Amino acid sequence: MITGTAKRNTEASLLVISLVIAIGGYWLVALARSATVPAGIGVYGAIYGGVYAAAHLAVRKLAPRADSLMLPIGLMLNAIGFVLISRLEIPTENEGLAAAQTRWLVVAIAAFIAVLYFVKDVRALARYRYTFAFAGVVLLLLPMLPLLGREINGARLWIRLGPLSFQPSELGKIALVLFFAGYLSERRELLAVTTRKIGPIGVPALRHFGPVLGAWGVSLLVMVNQKDLGSSLLFFAIFVAMLWMATGRPIYLIAGVGMFLVGAFIATRLFSHVAARIAVWHDPFAYIDDRGYQVVQSLFAFATGGAWGTGLGLGRPDLIRFSVHTDFIFSALGEELGLVGGAAVLTAYALLGARGFGLATRCRDDFSRLLAAGLTFTIGFQTILIVGGVTNLIPLTGVTMPFMSYGGSSLLSNFIAIALLIRISDEVGRQGGEAPPTEMNMAAGGGR
Amino acid sequence: MNRQIRAVGYTMLVLFGVVFMNLSWLQLGRAEQLANHRANTRLLLKEYALERGAIRSVNGDTLAVSVPTPDSQLKSLRTYPTEGLFAHITGYYSLRYGRERLERSYNGELTGKGGVVTMQDLGDRLLGKGQKGDTLVLSIDTSVQQAASSALGGRKGAVVALDPVSGQILAFVSQPSFDPNQLSQHSPQGQQDAWVALNQDEENTPLVNRASRGTYPPGSTFKVITAAAALEHGIGADTSFPATNEYQPAQTDRVIRNFGGSTCGGDMASALTVSCNTYFARLAAEMPAGYLEETAKAFGFTETPPLDISSVASRLPDSDDLKSPAFRALSSIGQYSVAATPLQMALVAAGIANSGRVPVPKLVKQIEDARGAVVKQTSAETWKEAVSPETASIIKQMMINVAANGTAKAASLPGVQVAAKTGTAQTGETGDESIAWTIAFAPADNPRIAIAVMVEGAGPGSDETGGRVAAPIVRQVLQAHRSVAGW
Repeated sequence: MITGTAKRNTEASLLVISLVIAIGGYWLVALARSATVPAGIGVYGAIYGGVYAAAHLAVRKLAPRADSLMLPIGLMLNAIGFVLISRLEIPTENEGLAAAQTRWLVVAIAAFIAVLYFVKDVRALARYRYTFAFAGVVLLLLPMLPLLGREINGARLWIRLGPLSFQPSELGKIALVLFFAGYLSERRELLAVTTRKIGPIGVPALRHFGPVLGAWGVSLLVMVNQKDLGSSLLFFAIFVAMLWMATGRPIYLIAGVGMFLVGAFIATRLFSHVAARIAVWHDPFAYIDDRGYQVVQSLFAFATGGAWGTGLGLGRPDLIRFSVHTDFIFSALGEELGLVGGAAVLTAYALLGARGFGLATRCRDDFSRLLAAGLTFTIGFQTILIVGGVTNLIPLTGVTMPFMSYGGSSLLSNFIAIALLIRISDEVGRQGGEAPPTEMNMAAGGGR
Repeated sequence: MNRQIRAVGYTMLVLFGVVFMNLSWLQLGRAEQLANHRANTRLLLKEYALERGAIRSVNGDTLAVSVPTPDSQLKSLRTYPTEGLFAHITGYYSLRYGRERLERSYNGELTGKGGVVTMQDLGDRLLGKGQKGDTLVLSIDTSVQQAASSALGGRKGAVVALDPVSGQILAFVSQPSFDPNQLSQHSPQGQQDAWVALNQDEENTPLVNRASRGTYPPGSTFKVITAAAALEHGIGADTSFPATNEYQPAQTDRVIRNFGGSTCGGDMASALTVSCNTYFARLAAEMPAGYLEETAKAFGFTETPPLDISSVASRLPDSDDLKSPAFRALSSIGQYSVAATPLQMALVAAGIANSGRVPVPKLVKQIEDARGAVVKQTSAETWKEAVSPETASIIKQMMINVAANGTAKAASLPGVQVAAKTGTAQTGETGDESIAWTIAFAPADNPRIAIAVMVEGAGPGSDETGGRVAAPIVRQVLQAHRSVAGW
């Protein structure tokens, strides 16, 4: 069995690699512009080194038996994102983004440490499930308020507090995962009781579909009022997936997918912004000068990048225009680092997913289990949504690329999620439930 | 519960796999097509940072040059000092609308990628010195091009002149023209406005390259091919038909009349001199079905000429249609569905001038590298062995007679023998518009220039014939070339 110290040493060496990526990449970007060492490189080196050390020492002290890969993967993806964001500063209107992103990373890691410090046992959070429910729904619906809400790029998913704009749905989804985990671990047996059968499928009492309907209603509200397809879809998917994981009743999946299809159908009929996304997805080149411009440019970026990419600073991802540093950051990566870079990044996300779901199967209690699975699902599904969107595999729904995209709320919520996963994995580690490292962790762990 | 969690986990892995396969398809399978997509400006933007080569006329005038614009996002601005005069040759270089004409077909050389790489180039590249493009030198003298353009004046039409031996183009005018500077400007809005305006001008269609991409009924200039078809197949120039003012081929009630209702006949030479419709209609109708088609194809009809910018094939009626004597009769005088580009008709003149051999037409005479050294020189090539030297010689004599005594008198020059043939093709539903043509070459005994002039939209009546509208333009271009080349 691996000791806590060994795991922490692995983590430390992986963090060094991540630091090399952040600072080396920043240097390479500067070299592509002029053959000089960039002025800020010492400052960035100190900040990133300090942040990584703080995060690592916090884990060493507060969760010594935790998983050794999750934090380095999150920070490595963030480092790649930072390098791309510093590269995207070249059109001058983006000046200052890299510095802002670095400030947000400091805040996010502070929150990461705070979560580890204050939450000694995630099960304690189950008690506050209705608080989280309330907070989650409020955060999700906050941009609707007339004074706070701001519409950016046609979606009303931001709020403005003084000089800061903030995307509250990012934090809202963490709160809602906490609520679902608490609610479902308490009710799962009740929800799983079937009273009738339709063919081979058992159907629970009708009143148990209430929560599904409630979640559906909230997500429709988000879509209609805020035009935020991404959050709406993500939120509903998280709920249905967690409901099914908790109960194992296929009827919830069937009902969920069915309701999604009905909702999507009605939405395309009633709301032009939804119909427009579908039309662009179907044939982006038909809308090349307006609504399809960004998707087409994103496809061009990937194609121009090809297998090896143009090299950092040598492509033209700025042609994607606005939100290239947020929703379309993966397109910038695809253009300049090629399929090779994209494959590396996708592998990192898949690895994080494997660690997260593997961790969930080894938990001793339902709440931790559902929380770990729910948080992992959130990060993984969001990644698939945005990568599928920018490659036009599915209609584009504006969500951020976890850890990589520019944006404080996104970084904050993703590192809180990592903190919760690390807290859970430390508990599992202390219970001695960790499988040998040679086996694929996902396949290990006993059934229940 | 763990069963479901694992199922979700594996489903997610599968979805990551699907996303990855789609990404691979995008970056490998579709990459070539999308990277070169018309609307993908990435490669163009990269090109703007290179020192793109210039385009010059043979007498050293700059026709296209890239001016550095270090303050702009685009590092250079393509400018065309001669504006519309060479627009249909150089084309344009637009961020939004791509490249056209020579800017397109010689893009590799102009950017320095497609041409010959010398050791010095390699050294420069290793040292990180900027890649420089090659310069194109045309075979056209600016004064000849200017003469052709001025002679055409405000009329819609085209002039194509070339050296009948080397195939080097000596004038290439399509009017109305456009200013390529407008399409090559940096302002996206300015580009778009110019593009929209040029495309909306349906009356003038200034972006259409009439010289090598417009096809028009060649009218009586096609009689040269009809005569060649007969001669090539052993039907002698002494073949005579009685004078008549109309001819009705078998199996039809279509009657073919002569211009102005006149009466003509006799042998081939006298028929060509007065452009006798009834003679050539009967000649073609009585020839076996394949002759006309075979000879027209031997001159290049139905095939795209190998010009170094975009061109189209000239058309003949279907082989099945040509089995009918009536359609052959109409085709023989360049009507029905015969349609030729001015380039093709210039090549017909060149073929006769060059003892039956049609040369490969070439706009670019040589390519020079950034230091002025010649890296490539074009050489004479034969495109088609159209007719025998004997046939060419007989037709040349007839065409000399046309310029001296017949319909093409206006093309003749003092002190030099010109060979020519005119044509006037009715177009439009009611035939109230016509296309005026003249093809010619000179000097007849040692041809230095072969030319086709096409004037679109000439009116009806005897004032707007090829002989009156197009032949004087021929003469002016011949004169301009004569004073430059000194023949």
